[in-house]
Amino acid sequence: MTYIAKPEFHHPSLKANALGFTRRDYEGKVSTLCAGCGHDSISAAIVQACFEIDLEPHRLAKLSGIGCSSKTPDYFLGASHGFNTVHGRMPSVLTGANLANRDLIYLGVSGDGDSASIGLGQFAHAMRRGVNMAYIVENNGVYGLTKGQFSATADKGSKSKKGVVNSDSGIDLVGLALQLGATFVARSFSGDKEQLVPLIKAALRHKGAAFIDVLSPCIAFNNHKGSTKSFDWVREHNEAVNRLDVMQGRMAVRAKYEPGSLTEVTQHDGSVLLLRKIAEDYDPTDHVGAINYLQQAHAAGEIVTGLLYVDPEAEDLHDALGTVKRPLNALSDDELVPSAAALDKINAALR
Amino acid sequence: MEPTNIEAPDYFHKVVDCQWACPAHTPVPEYIRLIAQGRHADAYMVNWKSNVFPGILGRTCDRPCEPACRRGRVDEEPVAICRLKRVAADNKGDVSARMPKRPKTKIGKKIACIGAGPASMTVARDLAPLGYDITVYDADAKAGGMVRSQIPRFRLPESVIDEEMGFITDLGLTMKLGQRVDSLAGLLRQDYDAIFVGTGAPRGRDLRIPGRKEAAAHIHIGIEWLASVSFGHIESIGKRVIVLGGGNTAMDCCRTSRRLGGEDVRVIVRSGYDEMKASPWEKEDAQHEGIPIHNYLVPKAFTHDGGQLTGVTFEKVGPVIDEKGRRTMKPTGEPDEHFECDEVLIAVGQENSFPWIERDIGLAFDEWGMPKVDETTFQSTNPKVFFGGDAAFGPKNIIWAVAHGHDAAISIDHFCRGVDLRLRPPPGVQISSQKMGIHEWSYDNDISLDDRQKVPLLPLAEALGDVKAEVELGFDDPRGWAETQRCLNCDVQTVFSKPLCIECDACVDICPTDCITFTVNGKEEELRPRLKAPAMNLSQDLYISSTLPTGRVLVKDEDVCLHCGLCAERCPTGAWDMQKTLLEMTHAGGCMK
Ligand SMILES: Cc1cc2nc3c(=O)[nH]c(=O)nc-3n(C[C@H](O)[C@H](O)[C@H](O)COP(=O)(O)OP(=O)(O)OC[C@H]3O[C@@H](n4cnc5c(N)ncnc54)[C@H](O)[C@@H]3O)c2cc1C
Ligand code: SF4
Ligand code: SF4
Repeated sequence: MTYIAKPEFHHPSLKANALGFTRRDYEGKVSTLCAGCGHDSISAAIVQACFEIDLEPHRLAKLSGIGCSSKTPDYFLGASHGFNTVHGRMPSVLTGANLANRDLIYLGVSGDGDSASIGLGQFAHAMRRGVNMAYIVENNGVYGLTKGQFSATADKGSKSKKGVVNSDSGIDLVGLALQLGATFVARSFSGDKEQLVPLIKAALRHKGAAFIDVLSPCIAFNNHKGSTKSFDWVREHNEAVNRLDVMQGRMAVRAKYEPGSLTEVTQHDGSVLLLRKIAEDYDPTDHVGAINYLQQAHAAGEIVTGLLYVDPEAEDLHDALGTVKRPLNALSDDELVPSAAALDKINAALR
Repeated sequence: MEPTNIEAPDYFHKVVDCQWACPAHTPVPEYIRLIAQGRHADAYMVNWKSNVFPGILGRTCDRPCEPACRRGRVDEEPVAICRLKRVAADNKGDVSARMPKRPKTKIGKKIACIGAGPASMTVARDLAPLGYDITVYDADAKAGGMVRSQIPRFRLPESVIDEEMGFITDLGLTMKLGQRVDSLAGLLRQDYDAIFVGTGAPRGRDLRIPGRKEAAAHIHIGIEWLASVSFGHIESIGKRVIVLGGGNTAMDCCRTSRRLGGEDVRVIVRSGYDEMKASPWEKEDAQHEGIPIHNYLVPKAFTHDGGQLTGVTFEKVGPVIDEKGRRTMKPTGEPDEHFECDEVLIAVGQENSFPWIERDIGLAFDEWGMPKVDETTFQSTNPKVFFGGDAAFGPKNIIWAVAHGHDAAISIDHFCRGVDLRLRPPPGVQISSQKMGIHEWSYDNDISLDDRQKVPLLPLAEALGDVKAEVELGFDDPRGWAETQRCLNCDVQTVFSKPLCIECDACVDICPTDCITFTVNGKEEELRPRLKAPAMNLSQDLYISSTLPTGRVLVKDEDVCLHCGLCAERCPTGAWDMQKTLLEMTHAGGCMK
């Protein structure tokens, strides 16, 4: 097997962002996943999103667990921090890192096995605590590395490549995230970068737990008739509720939209989310409404995509814990080692 | 846009930029790969078939392929295609056994070629193996034309000319050397079935300005002087030399002067530096040899002291844009400038001249005194007489002379056999998939990031000491190999099979140069700017599929495709394949086979 490195040559018109980086500067190594894997498209979308928001690569930490999806951080942002943790344990390692250094931007990459089976508990707690992160699940409904068993997100009644029918109920991570208190919840499809890239941009800039469930067909084991995670199935049943544009700073683009067709949400960091409505009466800031809508659509066999819920006023774990504003490694000994008087005070309080 | 018809032979030919730009359409990447494999003789023969003079051209070609080379659009400089050709020629060993044999039987048709330059010799090479009886006339004593008489030995050793002219004369031609043809009518009266005129553009333009006559002893016409040097009649020149003109002849004159004793040699040109006709590398070579180039100076008079040349006076001009938007020269009004010198070489252009062609033999000339020649068939208005090379449409270069020769040979062959001259044989195309395994190709798809290799030179003092010492040493093995790796294999084409495509985007994501887009179809002007990378190089085609299941089409901009095959490697269904298209022009005789 001879994988060549992706040549450095690029299109002469390739643009640089505000930092002087091109999109190519946000790439990583060449993927070793199967050809055509949806996960590679998600990696490309992450690259595009980070390029577009002028992200400084050294300010991002990418963490993952185990699985095909969790290998992907090697294939993007080669100049960022990375931690490939144990199976299902990405959320807790990320939480620890985040508490130690709140200045970094955290991107957790996981899969349906990593987050809906072995790591389900970890997933739940990262969401309910409001860890400030973008949590992406690359969801293909199948265990590809072990050759095609159903994963926990496979829909009941869907068929494996060998023709076996799934008798277990599928876990809907989007529904769970909403119930657990995630403050940014979206679903998208690896084959639709126009939708996915803005969602990743917005998630990276969201304060609090941002979750994106990305349907990502497994070409080798889950792209056949009878699968509900195949290219064809997702394309046929995809019902986008809205289309998102992420604006950094003030811009006059709003004028091009019809009045009333736009929902505008300003996030904590000043980024503006412009949501073009597709489903007439869908309001992504209505938590209960979102849950109801998703349930109904699911019952109707639709796959709802788009920005499903956002709370722009969200707070995160640091706010709740009242932690120090600076990263721990930036604190001096004076700040880290309590004085004798302070220690006496603490001891006195415990007597 | 309509789906692309990749069956049309021009479609993939155009993608191979170098081959498309080569007048003789040499399959460049094919021979570069052969060199990389150390198969120099094979590489030489691929060249020989197309351009007839690989050793000569590998040193002297005007290389229209290089400005066209795709590598120049993604990297600083194109592949050193020309100098790689020389690598094949220098290392080929003895190839005489691979040359066509003299035909056992003749077909009883007699052809006269006038001039033994590259155009005539190409006609002879194409026709002799088919059984034609070829007689070549040349006023000079040896075959080669201006390649021998004009191009200085320090750029092109005589042994190379001897060998490559020899391959052709060995086909059994009748060489009438040292015989100037004084009357075309006379030749027409002989029993030739057709006559090819490849007599070049033999006259150097003169400068009729004051002092020209008086100081004539030290003022020379560049091409006449160069020929005298080539034939050993001139061996020295004065210490201070002025070369007038900015073309390649001027560059050869000044560099030759430096080698014959000229110490203060200057090139003085009326145009600006960038507008000079000489190739950029020729200007660089001259400057490297300590020859300054002065621009925007128009010669006004030769100054002399009782017939002894003392210098040249120049008027200063500057560029202006006239009412029609054209660039022209206008005097700046500054005082004239005088340059002292001992000798002047005039290299201000070349002209055709046909005093030996009678005007009453049914061969029409145009108002500029040029024969009326068909641009496809190279036939004149006298059906028996064909033209090619510099004699056909004015001075060009060797590779154009070769291309004309091939075309004229096809016409002569058709003429002699009574076949329609307009019937041109289509090129031969062989297509072969390069796939060997999931990630394995039978071509080397890894892209070298190396810069263009520099050709090593003879030390300057040594080079200037001997007018016959070849100044370029050519690539050694490591340099040559490194240069071969820079070629992008543009003949290994990306071929798309629509029914297999599942629109997974894998090719879009992997493509290093953003060539691939899936989008809704549109008109070309509207489509080009909205592709993943705007396709604004209009000379390069878009490859478009018919409509895919999602209602979109595949659009591939051929412009800066690296032919790395990554799209095909990452395609899960094999909808992309890398297929080599070996296209070779069909020469005379091809229609019959
Ligand atoms: C100084 C100089 C340098 C050049 N350098 C290059 C270069 O580096 N690369 C390049 O590609 N091109 C170069 N050229 C141009 C190139 O030499 C010509 O374009 C090319 O040789 C034309 O080939 P041809 O076959 O048309 O005729 P020529 O090569 O001109 O040959 C014509 C032949 O016909 C003979 N002839 C003419 N009239 C008669 C007659 N009546 N009877 C018998 N014989 C006759 C002449 O003696 C001559 O041998 C250079 C030209 C000059 C002047
Ligand atoms: S890269 Fe190679 S094949 Fe492509 S145009 Fe240049 S020399 Fe020709
Ligand atoms: S061969 Fe394919 S991947 Fe490589 S540059 Fe060309 S289109 Fe892009």
